[in-house]
Order: sequence, then structure tokens, then C-alpha cells
Amino acid sequence: MPLYLNDEQTMLRDTAKDFVAEHAPVSHLRSLRDKKDEAGFSRDLWKSFAEMGFTGILIGEDEGGLGLGHVEAGIVLEEIGRNLSPSPFLTTAVAAVEALKGSPHAAKYFPGILSGDTVAALAIDEGAKHRDTVALKAERSGNGFKLSGKKQFVTHGHVADLLIVAARTAGSADDAEGITLFAVDRNAAGLTANPERLTDSSLAARIEFDGVEVDADAVIGEIDAGRTPLDRLLRAGRTGASAELLGVGGGAMDMTVGYLKERKQFGVTIGSFQALQHRAAHLYSEMEVARAAVLKAAQLLDQGSDRADHAVSVAKAMTALATTLSVQEGVQMHGGIGMTDEYDIGFYMKRARVLAEMFGDANFHAHKLATLSGY
Amino acid sequence: MTDTTLDQFRTETRAWLAENCPPEMREPVRSEKDAVWGGRDQSNLTPAQKSWMDAMASKGWTVPDWPKAYGGGGLTPAETKILREEMAAIRARNPLNSFGISMLGPALLKYGTEEQKLTHLTKIAKGEIRWCQGYSEPNAGSDLASLATSAESDGDDYIVNGQKVWTSYADKADWIFCLVRTDKTSKQGGISFLLFDMASPGVSTKPILLISGNSPFCETFFDNVRVPKANRVYEENKGWDVAKYLLGHEREMISGMGLASTGGNPLIDGAIATVGLDHDGKLADPLLRASIAMFEVRSNAFGMMSERFIDELKAGRAHPAQPSMMKYYGTELNKSRYELMMASGGSDALEWESDRSNGGSTPRAWLRTKANSIEGGTSEVQLNIIAKRILDLPSA
Repeated sequence: MPLYLNDEQTMLRDTAKDFVAEHAPVSHLRSLRDKKDEAGFSRDLWKSFAEMGFTGILIGEDEGGLGLGHVEAGIVLEEIGRNLSPSPFLTTAVAAVEALKGSPHAAKYFPGILSGDTVAALAIDEGAKHRDTVALKAERSGNGFKLSGKKQFVTHGHVADLLIVAARTAGSADDAEGITLFAVDRNAAGLTANPERLTDSSLAARIEFDGVEVDADAVIGEIDAGRTPLDRLLRAGRTGASAELLGVGGGAMDMTVGYLKERKQFGVTIGSFQALQHRAAHLYSEMEVARAAVLKAAQLLDQGSDRADHAVSVAKAMTALATTLSVQEGVQMHGGIGMTDEYDIGFYMKRARVLAEMFGDANFHAHKLATLSGY
Repeated sequence: MTDTTLDQFRTETRAWLAENCPPEMREPVRSEKDAVWGGRDQSNLTPAQKSWMDAMASKGWTVPDWPKAYGGGGLTPAETKILREEMAAIRARNPLNSFGISMLGPALLKYGTEEQKLTHLTKIAKGEIRWCQGYSEPNAGSDLASLATSAESDGDDYIVNGQKVWTSYADKADWIFCLVRTDKTSKQGGISFLLFDMASPGVSTKPILLISGNSPFCETFFDNVRVPKANRVYEENKGWDVAKYLLGHEREMISGMGLASTGGNPLIDGAIATVGLDHDGKLADPLLRASIAMFEVRSNAFGMMSERFIDELKAGRAHPAQPSMMKYYGTELNKSRYELMMASGGSDALEWESDRSNGGSTPRAWLRTKANSIEGGTSEVQLNIIAKRILDLPSA
């Protein structure tokens, strides 16, 4: 499979580009922020994503979806990133769908996701840094389980209809195995979600599970063997977050290069200064390399390759590095105006930081790459 | 091409390689003498080197994707990929290093006359003639088009006078492909592209010793060298088109240096050998581990970029200036790789000639990489090209 988009994928990109730019440009985020919107995203917009078929990209055709892959999900996410569109697409249509795939929960939740009625959130992080550890306890109780512990950085966690929760049913926090994945109703008794507004104006919740009782059929996959669906969720989430980061970095770069072509100082456009040209060209190179890594990771995931984990970590780390550079150079090259709230470039810097942290930062993934490579 | 035919091709290729690739040619290349270059003088080749080069050339597999008529293998891109994979699987060495293959060949295929192709390409494929490149001059480095070496018309010949510099292996080459000035009134539009024998009267060379202790480069002098006009590639005064096309291939080749070699990772293996692994299986020096891991992120991503670049080139959809980006990124990456190789090797890697430093190949290669961002157009020149031709930023 060549490492560029085929004709159908290019068509999807053009459609997604137009759709997102029209319905959820940066001004949409700005207006949600200015009116202190308490959901953090627009349900109407989520409905239109569904009408476009986007929410079913990773859902099989036999289940009413489009039966496409991670490359296609990444195409939509890149446009979401480019426009800084607040959307539950990554958590719901990508990560949660991958976790639920092949389980009885698919029949229960996919119709709502397809119609744009259901929003899912991921309760996986327990500390300020993403790690591959799970301490939240799930103890057997009657016909089901009782969940106790805390999660944080749960994007959309306070408004989601469904929470995917990683819990420990055996072993200790650092063990890879002994994890069970649960589909939990956000309104379950004993569950408290406290939303916090983040740097980028999005909302993420700290969630407390105080003996939350769930039935046995809330288990996704097998008891103690939640590592399998959790890994599927993480691979998809990490790849998707990389694609969204790529869009954020690309959007910031386009703004900056555009600005270099129009801003005049010393009587000439500043884009004619070699010092700035070289930095812009370097930034372009980093973004191109990151772009290749994202597409490679998505293709390997779609192929079910055993090299996928490796490529996913490369993509997540590389997009974090390249996009961080892009937003930093963006603010710097815009000069004073780049520091103003009125101008959009600062919004890119804020979203980049949040996405860089989500599903593991560059250090986490470099460490993972080293471990996978045996050193 | 059906999958069955490709599977069959793979099976046959695997069997042929198993039979024809000598065991000595499956060992890693450790120093310059392990690399095989073709040429009239093959007295320095070991029997295994000679046998491997000739066997591959007999199949046209030194240049697998060139047409059979010119000594190539006539393979499709899919077959070429299979051949590379099967060679990598047995860690087979490159049978023939050649500027003829990586640079002149593609330019001749595009711009050469049928006679020039028939005369030169087959000899390149068989490793019979070793080529060097006459581009840079003492006053025409990054500003290549300001070159002054002149070619005056004299009947059916040109008379060439001037000096080239940084001519790689000029002292070992049989022929040169050379940029000369045929019109002094136009800078880029007054350059022609000539091919001639280094044994021609009036050609002399002088090696330039480098910081690595090696001397791959030469100064090359032309004193009234007579070159038939039939040896000019493409039209008179249009040599710059050929030169630019060839530079794209050169940049592509140099950018490949940023890629990890197949089979094993010398950087990681070297670091494990020096500092060891702790009880968790991690490098015992956590900061060195972090540096290597972060480097590997970029290196792996650049490998993916190279794959994408090649796919786009094949499909004719790569931006024409993209080789500049590949050259820039690949060479900067390669310099970082060797800084880390030296840091991983510690004092062992400092030894200039000992076995511990593979006969000095680690420090010499480290010093050699410092030229990567200078030769073939400096990093700054590549950034200029990206800024102007890809990002469309204005000229001063």
C-alpha cells in the first residue's frame, strides 16, 4: 500500500475539509468559550457529524457504519485539528468504538453513536501523566462488580452518556494483566464527575467511583483480560490524537507562513528575511516527517500489522514534537499580535499542549519505543 | 502482476540469492575497503566481492529497475521491492557502489541520446567503468551555477580548461561527468554537461586529506582537454537542466544516510555493549537512553517519510523540490546519529585504529558525516529552496 492517500481517501479529505471549515471553524470554539458553554462542545455539531456519516467511519457496514479504517478516521481528525473544532469524535467514534467492537455492547451503543445521540468518554488516566497502569478497583459483588477509585483527564466526562472504565480485577497497579474494561452509565449511583475547564477551553472531568455497582454484563470482553480491548482503544486513540495534532500543527504553520507573506517591516515582507525563511523551512520539514509517521501508523493499524504499536508510538511522539515547534514558531513569528487573545494563533498553542499530553506525551512514547526495541 | 507471480518471483529470488551470495558478502560493511566500486582496475577486489558483483550484474540486479536493453533487470517496482527485501533478509551487501548508478544513470536515462545510453549504461550496470562528478569549483560551491571551467568550441570538439574541487574519488575514477561553461554571457543558461575519459591528456588530480584521515575528495585540473561534442549530454547551454535533475538524485542518495541500516541497530547495540542493561532491561545510563530514544523517534519517522517520498516519486506526485527537504532532514539526522554513536562508544570509540573502534571506522564515519550537510548543497541552500519553491516565500 503506497504511503499517500488514494482517490477515495482524497475525496473524503476534501469533503471533511469543507465540512469542518464551514461548520466548526476556530470562531466556533471562540464563541463556545466566550459564552462559557458548559458542555464544551455542540450537540448539534455532533449530530451533523453523524449526518455526514463520519461517526460510523470505524463501524462495520453490517452494523450500519461505513466500514472504513484508521486512515479515514485520521483524515477527519486532521481537519478537526486544523480548525480546533471541539468534538467528541476522537473519544467516541474512534477510541470507544474500537473498545466496544466485537462485544455485545456494540449492538447497544453503536446505533446512538451512528445517530449522533451518544457521547462516550474514556476513564483511563489516574495521575497527571498518562501511564500504562490501572489501580481503580473492581471487586466482585453479587451478580456484578463494585468500582472504587479515581480517574482524571476524562474529556467530556461530565456530559458523556457512556464511560469506558479501565479497572483492576487482579494483580497490582503496574501489572499489564488483571485489568477489566467496563461500560458504565455516567448516571450510575456513587459516580461523581467534577468538570474542570482546561487551557484550551475544553472540559475534562475528575471522576470519583465510590462503590459504583455495575452488572456483570457491563464487562467489555473478558474479565481480567481487559488488556486486549484497552490496547485496541489506546492504539486507536493515540493514532487519532496524532492525526488531530498534525492538523493543529499544520493549521498553525499555514497561518504563520501566510503571515510571513503579508506582514511588512523595514519596508519589506518579513517572509523575505532568510532567518525566518530557514526556520519556516525547518518547520515544514518536521511537519512533513510527522505527516508520514501518522499515515504509516494508521495504515499499519488497518493492516493489523505486528509493527503497529511501534509505529503508533513514533507517530504520537513525532507529532507532539513537530506540532509543539509549529505553535511556538507560530506565536514567535507573529510577534506581539501572536500574544493577543483576539488573534487565533494562541488557541493553536493551547490545543497542541492538551493533545500532546493526551494518551501519553513524547517522552512516554519515546520510552515505549525504547522498551519495544529492547533497550 | 498477480500475487501468485510475485510469490513465485520471491521464491526464485530467495533461492538464487542463497546460491549466489557468498557468505563473506553477508557480513556488515566495517570500513571503506569493504565497499565495492566498479572500474577498469578491479585488482583490489576479493574473489567474493568480484563474484557477488558479477553474479548480480549478470541478472541486471545491480540496477534492477533499469531496462534490460541497458544492462538493467527490467523489474517492476513490486519486484524491485521484493529483491531488496530478500537481500535484506540475508543481510546481503550492496554488490556495487557507483555514482554511475545513483546519479549519472538516471540523468542519462532522461536526457541521453540512444547511443549515449547504449555506450555508458551497460558498463555502469556491470561495474566496468567508475565515474566521478565534476561539479564544484573553488569559487562555485553553494553558488554552483557561477562555475568557470570553460569549454571552447573547436570543430567537432570542445577544449576544456579549468579546475574542479571536491571531486569524490577523482583519483580512482575512469570517466567524469562534468559541468562546463559554454557561454559566458548567461549564468545558468551558459552551462553544458560533458562526459569524458579521465585518462584524456591534460587531466590531473590531487587528493584532499580530510579531518577523518581519509581522502575521498580531490582537486581536479583540466589543461586543454579535448572532448568530442558527441559526449555532450542534452543541448549546448542546457546542461543546468541535467545538473538539477541529477542533483535531485544525489540529494535523495545522501538523504538515505539518515536511515538506520537493515538488520540490527549499531547505535543501540553499541550502547548496550558499552553501558549495559539494568535489571529491568533498560540501558543503564538513563540520560543516554532518553537521548537515543528521542533520536529513534525522529529516525523512525524519517524512515516512514522516505517510504512516502519514494512512493510519491514513483507515482509522479512528489513536489519537485521535496528532495531538498529529504536531503536537509536526512543529513542533519545522520550527524545526530553519529554524535550519539560516539557518546555511546565512550573512550572505545575514540581509538583511531584499534579493533574496539572497528579499525577506526566509528570515529572516521563520525567525522565524515560532518560533511553531509555541506556536500550536495548545504543545509542552508536546501532551506532556501524549501522556503522559495515549496512555501513560496518572497525573495529579498
